[in-house]
Amino acid sequence: MEYILIIISAVFVNNILLAQFLGVCPFLGVSNKVSTAVGMSGAVCFVMAVATLVTYMVQYYILVPLHIEFMQTITFIVVIASLVQMVEIILKKISPSLYQALGIFLPLITTNCAVLGVAIMVVTKEFTFGGDAHLLNLGQSVVYAIASALGFGLAMTLFAGLREQLELSNVPKAFKGIPIALVTAGILAMAFMGFSGLVK
Amino acid sequence: MSNLSLITKGIIKENPTFVLMLGMCPTLGTTTSAMNGLGMGLATMVVLVLSNMAISSVASFIPAKVRIPCYIVIIAAFVTIVQFVMQAYVPALYETLGLFIPLIVVNCIVLGRAEAFASKNSVIRSAFDGLGIGLGFACSLTVLGFVRELFGGLSVFGHKLADADGMLAFVLAPGAFIVLGYLMVLFNKAKTKIS
Amino acid sequence: MAKESTFSNMVITLFVVCLVASAGVGGIYALTKDLIDAAKIAKVNSAISGVVPDFDNDPSAEKFEVTTDGKTSMVYPAKKDGEIVGYAIEAATSKGFGGAIVLMVGFEPDGTIYNTAVISHTETPGLGDKIDVKKSNFSVQFNGKNPETFHLSVKKDGGDVDAITASTISSRAFCDAVETAYKTFKDIQQK
Repeated sequence: MEYILIIISAVFVNNILLAQFLGVCPFLGVSNKVSTAVGMSGAVCFVMAVATLVTYMVQYYILVPLHIEFMQTITFIVVIASLVQMVEIILKKISPSLYQALGIFLPLITTNCAVLGVAIMVVTKEFTFGGDAHLLNLGQSVVYAIASALGFGLAMTLFAGLREQLELSNVPKAFKGIPIALVTAGILAMAFMGFSGLVK
Repeated sequence: MSNLSLITKGIIKENPTFVLMLGMCPTLGTTTSAMNGLGMGLATMVVLVLSNMAISSVASFIPAKVRIPCYIVIIAAFVTIVQFVMQAYVPALYETLGLFIPLIVVNCIVLGRAEAFASKNSVIRSAFDGLGIGLGFACSLTVLGFVRELFGGLSVFGHKLADADGMLAFVLAPGAFIVLGYLMVLFNKAKTKIS
Repeated sequence: MAKESTFSNMVITLFVVCLVASAGVGGIYALTKDLIDAAKIAKVNSAISGVVPDFDNDPSAEKFEVTTDGKTSMVYPAKKDGEIVGYAIEAATSKGFGGAIVLMVGFEPDGTIYNTAVISHTETPGLGDKIDVKKSNFSVQFNGKNPETFHLSVKKDGGDVDAITASTISSRAFCDAVETAYKTFKDIQQK
């Protein structure tokens, strides 16, 4: 039950992009086409799940026992950066077709704040899924990371669809490009607010 | 380019928010009030100046292939330092900005300036560049926060103007996107008029 | 310009950069640690002096823990000329919209709420954060009320508290924390 709540909450209610503003750069940058948006989301989903798994273990098996929690930011970003590199190399070797589809997005993911944001959030923020506030355990953290990435993908794909339509419509000159995209994103965020209250 | 123009270009010609459109996450996420926007902007500016200086002084010793990881580690160190200093001296602001302080590490502005400017210029010029871009970022965040706070909470820098509720939507997530979109239009209009 | 990348100098550079960065961060951490702790204590102290009548002792020095209904709260007794003038009770709830809410609730010796202060919360800006007295006067309605006669739940649930518009969950959580503090207070009184 708790897992279902986590998924609904992360995908719809507290959507990482539209409610928490994490990962807005790729959201505005690579959402011109639905196909690229889907590719990017796939890559983010994969990296976010693995990164959260590894950083969670780094936090509880290395940083906490050694009392060096203050190194959190540095270690996490180093872990994420090397992970992205590793994924790139492994993908190239074992699945060239997948690498072709996701490859160009991978370097961009290191500086996607959604990945670092989720990694830090699961070890510091207390969640209130199903009753009392508590820190998430390993399984919940990974589920939360995957659900967040799915929420990212959902918002990204919807937005890319809207932007494809915008290309064809007659937009005032001053609004062309990013400004109209931002206003559209605002309206999309408003639609997502309709989900609030669905899960506490 | 003189040092002074390095500062002014960051505010208008290469404004990180309105022109380069970098660092959107903190821009949208922390600007629920003018004060929060200013705090976030200044924190980023400090990291930017320090990391620019450090990177420009060590850039020549770093092998090209590992330069990005090295820059990231240097930036992360400065971010953590800023985090501690804020916790010690402005704990209330630190709590409101929360997650977005450690996330300065992945703010594309900081890494972007390190790679595009600091690695190729002298320490002093890099410091001024960081100061200019940082000021530009702080200004944009303050303006965005100011507008959202004014309409959303009917107050200016925390001072209530009227004892009534504002338009809540401005403070919530949708308001961030929409206000930024409209401010960008105004900025572009003003810029074309000047030039 | 950047050096040539051989395997050994790449490894050495990365290692040195990481070492220097960690040393720097560690150093600053050691320097600011005391200040950070002091800032946290100062916050608690200023909350205490806001929620109880004038006192002349040091409540933080005389603090003690009380466990009521399985919830542990910290109690700070405020005294003037040796007489108890009030208790500041730090109570938490996990029922907030964004997570835990920690309050400091001050009681006069007869159980009347003197004042409340929010220590920490993660409620939505513009909505739930109105529990903070700086944002709205929601919390002011508790002052001068005795929970014996003033029902600590929102009107929707049959209580006496006017909830914050569109933030019923945050308002309920606030009531819950005050209720916990009151139970703790009654527990102290009985001893």
